Amino acid sequence: MTDQVDARGLSCPQPVLLTMEKLRTLSGGELVVLVDTDTSRENVSRAAASLGWQVKAVQPVGDEFRITLQKG
Amino acid sequence: MSALKDFFASRRGIISVGAFIGVFAALLQKWGNPGNMGICVACMERDLAGAIGLHRAAVVQYLRPEIIGFVLGALVAAYAFREFRPRAGSAPIVRFILGMLAMIGALVFLGCPWRALLRLAGGDGNAIFGLLGLAAGIGLGALFFKSGYNLGRTQKAYPSVGWLLPLIMVGLLALRLSFPPLPDKDLSGILFYSLKGPGSQYAPLAVSLAVGVAVGFLAQRSRFCTMGAFRDLFLFRQLHLLSGLLALLVAAFVTNLVLNQFNPGFAGQPVAHTMELWNFMGMVVAGLAFALAGGCPGRQLFLAGEGDGDAAVFVVGMIVGAAVSHNFGLASSPQGVGPYGIPAVLISLVVLLFIGFTMRQKA
Repeated sequence: MTDQVDARGLSCPQPVLLTMEKLRTLSGGELVVLVDTDTSRENVSRAAASLGWQVKAVQPVGDEFRITLQKG
Repeated sequence: MSALKDFFASRRGIISVGAFIGVFAALLQKWGNPGNMGICVACMERDLAGAIGLHRAAVVQYLRPEIIGFVLGALVAAYAFREFRPRAGSAPIVRFILGMLAMIGALVFLGCPWRALLRLAGGDGNAIFGLLGLAAGIGLGALFFKSGYNLGRTQKAYPSVGWLLPLIMVGLLALRLSFPPLPDKDLSGILFYSLKGPGSQYAPLAVSLAVGVAVGFLAQRSRFCTMGAFRDLFLFRQLHLLSGLLALLVAAFVTNLVLNQFNPGFAGQPVAHTMELWNFMGMVVAGLAFALAGGCPGRQLFLAGEGDGDAAVFVVGMIVGAAVSHNFGLASSPQGVGPYGIPAVLISLVVLLFIGFTMRQKA
């Protein structure tokens, strides 16, 4: 089961805040983050990179985005 | 298209945008806008409030086209890059109040964060206290976020929900075109026009509008936000937005030097006062309000152009806050704080703390 953060509908800085809080509890693996704006998508990707995680995939789902982050 | 998208999201992109804004803000001053006020979202929304009669402070009444341009430029950018997302419904009354409080605080300092930077770039030492206050207020906001503050999820809305604020801006533009300024007349049709003071100082309509639209477009693309610049530094040690802000400061400073608009000092600065404690405290209030609302006043306009109805409510709150500020003597003047400016700052702070403390989700 991949961990998931649902940041849809949340305004700045919530998506990054929730993502970083979650990433800090994981040593590696995968995390799925759901966002619904391009701004959140960019911010989450950038924030994840700063913690050493890579963006494995960004899947558009309708108007939303499903970001898969990966480390190790 | 995708390469352009990536550019604006990059460090170089936001720095370029910051530099563009800094240069053109300084130029707008050269072309007629008030001193160290080439762009000031708070002052300009206040002038707009005056133009439509929400307040009757005769020296600050002018329908600033820059504000119109910011929203419409952002709207064009959002549609061009398919980012127009109509959404609304996240605690609107709270956002309205946050807008009012932000404006009340900003008018005690006599500037929004954009103007604080431009004042600094113009040599106004009082802006140092404003910027310190801004940082402190945003820092407080960051603490609230860390402890679970959030206003709740927004929801997808009909496209026309997202169109309403842009349409209001179009309507205001139509008013401006229908009732242009007349020589020596403080009223043209239904619009008020200052004959003296900052409201009487403005760049030509076409220039203001064009720069506004360009800034709105670029700022929407790059997610430029003067509040986020501090907040992301405090919360995440991220410098992306801050780099854009610094670019704005440096570019405005250099342009001011070239245009002979740099006058260092504390006393006698344009549309500024030297009551430093209240320059600081006014911006603590404004900074905290912007942080709790998720964006600086410019960002709220750009978001409104993207279809964000929550940001639109904040914008309307700021305009009403400007009316309240001038009607109740809360706003400062070059002589210092207004008759009720100090209690207004203290009450605003209490209300903001109330909002921050009571709107937190338990972990």
